Amino acid sequence: MTDVASSEAAVTVTEKTRRFRFDWVPYLFILPHLIFFAIFAGFPLILGLVISFFEYDILRPEANRFVGLKNYSNLFTRGTVEFPVFWNALGNTAEFVLMSVPFLIIIPLFLALLLNTNLTGKNLFRAIYFAPWVLSSAVVGLLGFWIFQSQGGLMNYYLRDLGMMTPRWLSSMPYAWYSILIVTVWWTSGFNMIIILAALQNIPNELYEAASIDGANWWQRFLYVTIPMLRPVLVFIVIITIIASFNLFAQPLFMTGGGPAQSGGGGSTEPIMLRIYNEGFVRNRMGSSAAMSFVVALIMMVVSYFNFRIFRTRE
Amino acid sequence: MTLQTRSESGFAVWWRRLRMQKVLMYLVLTLIALIVILPLLWMLSTSLKPKSEWFLPQVYWIPRTFTLDNYENILNNPSLPIVRWFMNSLFVSTVFTVLVLIIDSAAGYAYARMEFPGRRFLFGFLLATLFLPGIMFLVPNFLTVSTLGLLNSYAGVIVPGLAGVFGVFFMRQFFESIPRELEEAAYIDGANRVQTFFYVALPLSKPAMATLGIITFLASWNDFLWPLLILKDRALLTLPPGLRTLQGAYTSEYGQMMAGAVITSIPVLILYILLQRYIVESVQTAGLKG
Repeated sequence: MTDVASSEAAVTVTEKTRRFRFDWVPYLFILPHLIFFAIFAGFPLILGLVISFFEYDILRPEANRFVGLKNYSNLFTRGTVEFPVFWNALGNTAEFVLMSVPFLIIIPLFLALLLNTNLTGKNLFRAIYFAPWVLSSAVVGLLGFWIFQSQGGLMNYYLRDLGMMTPRWLSSMPYAWYSILIVTVWWTSGFNMIIILAALQNIPNELYEAASIDGANWWQRFLYVTIPMLRPVLVFIVIITIIASFNLFAQPLFMTGGGPAQSGGGGSTEPIMLRIYNEGFVRNRMGSSAAMSFVVALIMMVVSYFNFRIFRTRE
Repeated sequence: MTLQTRSESGFAVWWRRLRMQKVLMYLVLTLIALIVILPLLWMLSTSLKPKSEWFLPQVYWIPRTFTLDNYENILNNPSLPIVRWFMNSLFVSTVFTVLVLIIDSAAGYAYARMEFPGRRFLFGFLLATLFLPGIMFLVPNFLTVSTLGLLNSYAGVIVPGLAGVFGVFFMRQFFESIPRELEEAAYIDGANRVQTFFYVALPLSKPAMATLGIITFLASWNDFLWPLLILKDRALLTLPPGLRTLQGAYTSEYGQMMAGAVITSIPVLILYILLQRYIVESVQTAGLKG
């Protein structure tokens, strides 16, 4: 240990004596990344903000003009074209987040607990449960589109066999949301599961032994050992799952097209990502689309911040 | 843990209960495994069925007549050049992965091991962008790509992703975890920092590079939204946006759609089956670090 410390000190001394000359080697190492970062991660923060103050259509550049805060005020003023569709999509997304996150925590937690044993073949099961995650969202969306068809769809075959009702999944509410939810849970549960599983395996066995000696049954051990030890990872999973559910895009695009349509404008399963996509790249109103994405990004950051605060203060 | 369920009622009872518990466990695990796998089998099964069998009143998991018509149909459709899409996907993902590995390992090494003015500030700035929702970058990056004349090109799909900071962060973490002695031995032998990076640090980082490479390749192969925005020319599409075109072209030809989904999934599924343990553990370490 002392060797490492003293040699580290030696290195910093030599580094310090070097500092008198301009040392370009480190910049050579970081420059390739930094150039791309500056153009596609730093600059867009400014460009996006600037564009959001313009009426901006990439196909008709002559019509572009500065409109100040209009793109933002449109989102908060009743009676504009954007107002109902924006809040409808944001509401849909919030609904989906609230619906999906509990399932995407509880099911993976349950699967991870099942697999946290010494059973032979548990690695095979782990691999199977995780498998859907390696597929593209496009594949998942297309597969969901077929499985939930009323004609020939797998779901309704079995529901009919069980004597249950066979809804028109993709074109009626609330079933359109349920089908998107089911497909998403199928697709991403494995990811949360393996992260929870890794954390479970890091809990020292002595804690369980000590709890058993104190007479705790399996439920008490779960409640007073497992859950507290998992807290940091669960906080992390809740935050990334909320963000992932916020980014819902391909499943509704493939499965419902955002529909069924609503009388008040907008689609019943149109998430905010699809709205921003449509606004910017179908309606070609990029200024408005940029404004929407800044508002949504702000909301996402506030939500993440409060998540972090709420879960942390409980510790 | 099961050992602790042992009661006073004797070894035989305990043994029987343990075995019952095990059987029950396997039953539950297998049932869940079936639920997970069946949609994939249904995808494969539909893709191998003739049109007459898509809407039968009964479920046939195994096609009554096997056919490759759906595959032939989409492979021979000149307006849906799926072979070309496959090659596009392969090209884009491979180039992207190689570039990420080169750029991010170099940057990660500098942030881990070198002292230079602005290091803390720059790295802090990189880290801060990890918390920014990706959606903020959609419109401005589209405009930048368009201004650079890269719309409708492979470069337009590949280049913006190189700004990603996850790989830099990941490689920095790795380089910080390796002992300094080896690099110092190289310095004593007269190697400079570039040589030390190439001949000492990089060879040591093979496992980390493999992890980052696999995750990057998977993410790039599966990426849907960005190539959907950038690629308009049908011949240039990658597979995921290609599937969207396929869905639009074959309104209710589910056999063709599923054939397309199978073609898109086969490479990643094969990769997954071959490197299953490795991929799971990669995602675990990346997930926990990220």
